[in-house]
Amino acid sequence: MTGTLAVLAPAIPAPRIEYAQLSPLLLVFGAAVAGVLVEAFAPRPLRRALHLPVAFGGLAGAFALTVAVAVASPVFSGGRPGDIAAVGAVAVDLPTLFIQGTIELLALISVLVIAESSHEVSAFAAQAAAVPGSSAERESLAAGISHTEVYPLTLFAVGGMLLFPASNDLVTMFVALEVLSLPLYLLSGLARRRRLLSQEAAMKYFLLGAFSSAFFLFGIAMLYGFSGSVRLSAIAAAASGNTSGGVLLYSGIALLGVGLLFKIGAVPFQAWKPDVYQGAPTPVTALMASCTLASAFGAVLRVFYVAFGQLTWDWRPAMWAVAIVTMLGGSIIAVTQTDVKRLLAYSSIAQAGYLLTGVVAASPAGLAGTMFYLAAYGATIVGAFAVVTLVQGHGGEAAHLSSWAGLGKRSPLVAGVFAFFLIALAGIPLTSGFMGKFAVFQAAISGGATPLVIVGAISSAILAFPYVRVIVLMFFSEPPQDGPVVVRPSGFTTTAVSVGALVTLVLGVVPEPLLRLAHDAAARLFVG
Amino acid sequence: MSTFPWLTVAGALPLAGAAVICFVPGAAAPGGEADRARRDQFVKWTALVATLAALGVTGAMAAAFDPGGPRFQFTQTYSWIPQFGIHYAVGVDGIALVLIVMTAILMPVVVLASWWDAEGRGNPAGEQPPKRSVKTYFALLLVLETMMIGVFAATDVFLFYVFFEAMLVPMYFMIGSYGVGQRQYAAVKFLLYSLLGGLLMLVAVIALYVYSAAGGRAGTFLFLPLTHLALSATAQRWLFAGFFVAFAIKAPLWPFHTWLPDAAASAQPGAAVLLVGVLDKVGTFGMIRYCLELFPAAAHWFGPLAITLSVIGVVYGAVVAIGQRDLKRLIAYTSVSHFGLITLGIFAMTSQGQVGATFYMVNHGFATGALFLIVGFMIARRRSQQIADYGGVQKVAPVLAGLFLVASLAGLALPGLSTFASEFLVLIGTFTRYEAAAALATTGIILAAIYMLWMYQRTMTGPVRPEVAGMRDLRPRELWAVGPLIALIIVLGVYPRPVIDLIGPAVRQTLVTVHATDPVPPHPAVAGQNRSTP
Repeated sequence: MTGTLAVLAPAIPAPRIEYAQLSPLLLVFGAAVAGVLVEAFAPRPLRRALHLPVAFGGLAGAFALTVAVAVASPVFSGGRPGDIAAVGAVAVDLPTLFIQGTIELLALISVLVIAESSHEVSAFAAQAAAVPGSSAERESLAAGISHTEVYPLTLFAVGGMLLFPASNDLVTMFVALEVLSLPLYLLSGLARRRRLLSQEAAMKYFLLGAFSSAFFLFGIAMLYGFSGSVRLSAIAAAASGNTSGGVLLYSGIALLGVGLLFKIGAVPFQAWKPDVYQGAPTPVTALMASCTLASAFGAVLRVFYVAFGQLTWDWRPAMWAVAIVTMLGGSIIAVTQTDVKRLLAYSSIAQAGYLLTGVVAASPAGLAGTMFYLAAYGATIVGAFAVVTLVQGHGGEAAHLSSWAGLGKRSPLVAGVFAFFLIALAGIPLTSGFMGKFAVFQAAISGGATPLVIVGAISSAILAFPYVRVIVLMFFSEPPQDGPVVVRPSGFTTTAVSVGALVTLVLGVVPEPLLRLAHDAAARLFVG
Repeated sequence: MSTFPWLTVAGALPLAGAAVICFVPGAAAPGGEADRARRDQFVKWTALVATLAALGVTGAMAAAFDPGGPRFQFTQTYSWIPQFGIHYAVGVDGIALVLIVMTAILMPVVVLASWWDAEGRGNPAGEQPPKRSVKTYFALLLVLETMMIGVFAATDVFLFYVFFEAMLVPMYFMIGSYGVGQRQYAAVKFLLYSLLGGLLMLVAVIALYVYSAAGGRAGTFLFLPLTHLALSATAQRWLFAGFFVAFAIKAPLWPFHTWLPDAAASAQPGAAVLLVGVLDKVGTFGMIRYCLELFPAAAHWFGPLAITLSVIGVVYGAVVAIGQRDLKRLIAYTSVSHFGLITLGIFAMTSQGQVGATFYMVNHGFATGALFLIVGFMIARRRSQQIADYGGVQKVAPVLAGLFLVASLAGLALPGLSTFASEFLVLIGTFTRYEAAAALATTGIILAAIYMLWMYQRTMTGPVRPEVAGMRDLRPRELWAVGPLIALIIVLGVYPRPVIDLIGPAVRQTLVTVHATDPVPPHPAVAGQNRSTP
């Protein structure tokens, strides 16, 4: 009797979950769930006061845990390059921890901007479901309702972002992609001003995002068909032993690549970026421009270094082409922009192109350079978008460039800080932007991609023009009669802007500590 | 040689001055007009003291420099970013030293001459004085001085590049915010031109590092190890091109010069002095230090091209200068012509040519600086940059006219003035190797006489125009600014030895690195013998 049972129901071993190593992820998701509970049970006036400690505590705690994992893990003491946790689903290695730490810190700064409530007009819609211009919307505005759901949504998105680059198999990666994307679709539609534009942005983002997810899934199917596994390392092993053609393999790489490149906004998959960056509430744009980019690049690096690391010669030409059109396309179209958010969106497309040159290098130096660039660029762009939230006209942000004229005269400090961010984005030395560019370009030239770097240099020169034009407007033009003003920020935004500016300056002058950290982390690449 | 960090101190003094100025309350601070005026006065005196202190330090360095000693002196080397072999490394050879001293001399002069520029007192008539912050202007000037000293003092290619690019930012704001006329256009053009060149150079800088790290060695950006790098001919040519384009835009060499007249015409006179007198010298300095020494073979290969561009620049700049109606544009075009001569001397690859070229860099700084300043004083009085608006000034302002004449004569290289010695050396040095080029470049001197004297004639002589009748002669402050430059032009014209002695060993070292030797002129007797015995 017992024998038959044993045959019928073999003992199912409980999966070993490395809770300690997964603790940063778990903490962020836990905080997100706590946020949902707050939303469900706490009375409306109390919610914001409860959300803030949960969100800040969750992110700061996650960062502390990430540091603890990095310090305590045997990775540092030599031996293995990393651990595979959660039964092969999640990789814990130094590059991933570096990227996760970056995302957590950048998310912390972004949440500071999101939490700003002292503005006369909040950045978020009162009742997103209300039809724009309807009486329901007016009522909700009059009642002073605000969407506190942004905090748990942000935390879910950040949780997905943390998991995305850490995924060790493609199915986990797909789940992470959806977890990070769905809250962002919602958040994009929450802008209070220009509701229709915001809703259009959310719709576009959702449709195109769903489309690209389909590509991603299709790619997974192809690669599974090729290798019989969704594990990155198994795919790598199958690919290295591959002698026959491999239509499945190459179409799988291409389809997976489309899904990933969509997320980083590389040309020709960039169409969503300007619309979404413009339409989304600016604090959410800051989150997307910094954290989502870091997370997506982390995933790109993992997939192309681990799963397709043996096939560098096969994917590199395509990646070259994408990098070239991304750098040139982003910078050339940025020249014609008249909206500061769209301008930053196109510039972020071009910056993604510079980051891709680090990916193309396919070396530890390329990995380290890309990681350093992500941290440096993220801090700068969050700060820049935080400044954008401060320049307000009647009833909200004044994003049109013409209204920025003469800002340097009315608010020299804010205009000066924004000019500093622009100079950093343009990659002038003594700012973090220059060091980041230097790091990836150096890796790319070492990897034999000199023509790519020459294109990058030309693109940087083109991209300098729109930045410089904004500086010209702010400092060298006369202010209009009743132009927008810089609102006095509360401590939240002030902190975000100051941290952004400080990081931009410090990483430009003494980049050594972070560069060393990135190089040490990248020395042994990802765990396979 | 003591271990005192001379160069760092010289560079840090202006920066410290800028920091002090930053803490002065701005225009928005409480207090009346009188308070603000007193604060502005304090800012200006701080700037003057800081620049004079830097001048004192560099002067002491020049006195302590040993021309027969090691190549680089006053050196300091600290690791800055070890991951990429980047150092904070400074040190000067004779060439860099004279340029640093020139910068340090020009700075207090510019501060004195720009005393009222931030308030817009020198702007052309009808233009609203921009009412910009005085303290920002002088802080930018001081930051710029730090970077100018740094760019000449750097002995690490990366450090050089950092200063080379970062220097653009203060100058950009000085033109765009405080300039006159088409200042926005000029500032953007200046920045974008320089940035494009700089970014292409960045590619070459990185590639140089990658070559230095080839074969598993630890890569470095230090200048001296990089000169020993064995690069293939192709690699040298590409890298040379990357550096050369950046320097040619900076210098500016024809046909990369178009930004200069716009920028110089739109900048305040003080800023124009620094732009043409120092920033552009970074281009020619870069050619002699980096293009030649890092890529000797490529320098020989590109030599004829550079010589051709230089000669075109000499003649073109002079001819276009003759046709100018705007005083500042005219001086800018004369500079295009003069920079042609400097690059000619550099790429002639003879010791006379390079000594002359380096000496010319210094003299041009003083001569053109004096011209720009005096023209600035005139513009501040008459409120016009047009030559046609002047006439008969020498009758109402004889001192101004007299100093203007000396500066103009220096511009056309009159014997006895310092520019003559340098131009002569350049032409001789070129003639021993490229006779035709030297002959063509000599026409530049004749054309210089036309544009300089004609400019003098149109503005200073003739009947006194009614608008000029009430023009005041130079004030003591203005005399203090421009007097030292005129004195230096005359002194160095009569007794150039001290500067030549500083430059000589550095140039010889450069030529050794480039594997260039002076062509031996045929001895007349030998030449005659050859002819008699066919």
